[in-house]
Amino acid sequence: MRQGDPNVGTDCWKDGMNSIDISPLQRWQDYLREGILAYQFSPDADRAVFYPRVICPYGGAAPLEWRVSAGRGAVYSISLVHSPKADPHAVALIDLDEGFRMMAIVEDANGSPDEIGRRVVAKIEQPTSEDVAPAAVFRWEREG
Amino acid sequence: MRQLPQRGSAAIVGVAESDLGVVTPGLTPLDLMGQAVQRALDDCGISLSEVDGVFSAASQLRMPTISLSEYLGIAPTYTDSSYLGGASFQSLAAHAALALEAGLCNVAVIAYGSTQRSARGKFVPQRDQSEYDSPARPRLPVTGYALAAARHMHLYGTTRNDLADIALAARAWAQLNPRAFDRRPLTREDVLNAPMVSSPLGTKDCCLVTDGGAAVVMVRADRARDLAKPPIWLLGAGEAQEHHSITQMPDLTSTGAVRSGAQAYAMAQLSPNDIDVAQLYDAFTITTLLFLEDLGFCPKGEGGRFVQDGAIAPGGKLPVNTSGGGLSYCHPGMFGLFTMVEATRQLRGECGDRQVANANTAVAHGNGGVLAGQSTLVLGTSAAL
Repeated sequence: MRQGDPNVGTDCWKDGMNSIDISPLQRWQDYLREGILAYQFSPDADRAVFYPRVICPYGGAAPLEWRVSAGRGAVYSISLVHSPKADPHAVALIDLDEGFRMMAIVEDANGSPDEIGRRVVAKIEQPTSEDVAPAAVFRWEREG
Repeated sequence: MRQLPQRGSAAIVGVAESDLGVVTPGLTPLDLMGQAVQRALDDCGISLSEVDGVFSAASQLRMPTISLSEYLGIAPTYTDSSYLGGASFQSLAAHAALALEAGLCNVAVIAYGSTQRSARGKFVPQRDQSEYDSPARPRLPVTGYALAAARHMHLYGTTRNDLADIALAARAWAQLNPRAFDRRPLTREDVLNAPMVSSPLGTKDCCLVTDGGAAVVMVRADRARDLAKPPIWLLGAGEAQEHHSITQMPDLTSTGAVRSGAQAYAMAQLSPNDIDVAQLYDAFTITTLLFLEDLGFCPKGEGGRFVQDGAIAPGGKLPVNTSGGGLSYCHPGMFGLFTMVEATRQLRGECGDRQVANANTAVAHGNGGVLAGQSTLVLGTSAAL
């Protein structure tokens, strides 16, 4: 795993050059392209940060670190989204075991509130076109 | 430190809507704002030339106070276009009270206008959707509210039937309001069998899409009693925001209205039990339910049971959204200002068939984004001052 971004801090303004060499979004998507679900961690606040940012939203001063999620978690809430041009799909908020929450599609879900709390596991979908961002989708964790 | 604005330092003295529903083709948001401003000034007997404070938020105008002032032909001494989505207008009223109290202006107008229905297909409301969320293809804003509703059902046993009670109550009030856009008969089966949009919310759980505008005129206490209609006092105001994206909302069943309401009640020196009529921004059925809980009208988790058996419908124990609300009266993009218009009219006693008897206190609550911006006003008659 790459180390923390030296994007913030008092000495980041070197030689009049900009200091952010890769955006948080680009880095997150690059990890997804490698099949990794990444998130950030604030060493000062001792907690996960998601979505990725250039500063800690919990008051920490130290640069945020990038970490690898095991991709396992539970459904916090879920809705079956109907759209005019496509089959319905289940959109969920997933609470990952590392302590962050993200929005993602859950496959083979019916979107009922009964599915809240069920365990899920991530699968990284690689896009067929370079214009499309890679995505983490979730499946039900196998029982037992 | 003195709390500002002060309870009762300013009052709403004029209110009006513009044309509503489906307006004449070619009308612009500014046309509707202009019409509403003129009507609201006529309502209190103040001339346009006296307006020196302009307050506005609009989804179709980038610089609404600048374009509205140009349209009206006035050069205000003070303007404010703070933007909290549909909750902007309650906050603008608090800002107007501050500006009036500080002497930065003497006659404040808060205005809104939208042609969202007529412009459908041509104008797409701007949504700053997160790049992290968009691969999941949520249908925003409704999916955000649907996720809150599903979580509420999971934790508290709330049902679609409970949400239907909210839609039915709104329709029953709308049937008493000649200005309401949808006054057609509506049955529980209609609501429950309506096409799903984002489960558990179907089309009848979602607000209307209409055109329309509104305006509210405010002045300082020293002038408020000398105008055409009795003043409706700004007794309390509160504002809270704790997330923007629904993924960042700490608890989907508890909104910032807990904090905004507590601030507003504290300033007003009133409690939820003292409130005679509640206007709660109902973008979706679940929003009414959450705000009933968060503004203290019932305990957390009890909203579903609270709204059963017509409890918030005409003749029920708490009159809620007596105009018919965003679900049945009108919803031109943002509904916040309309809650203030209806609250004022109820407190003045000019609501005809839907008038709540002896209403002296009201809550007008605004909601912006996906339960993101929350802003609460407590309003009252001179008897409540």
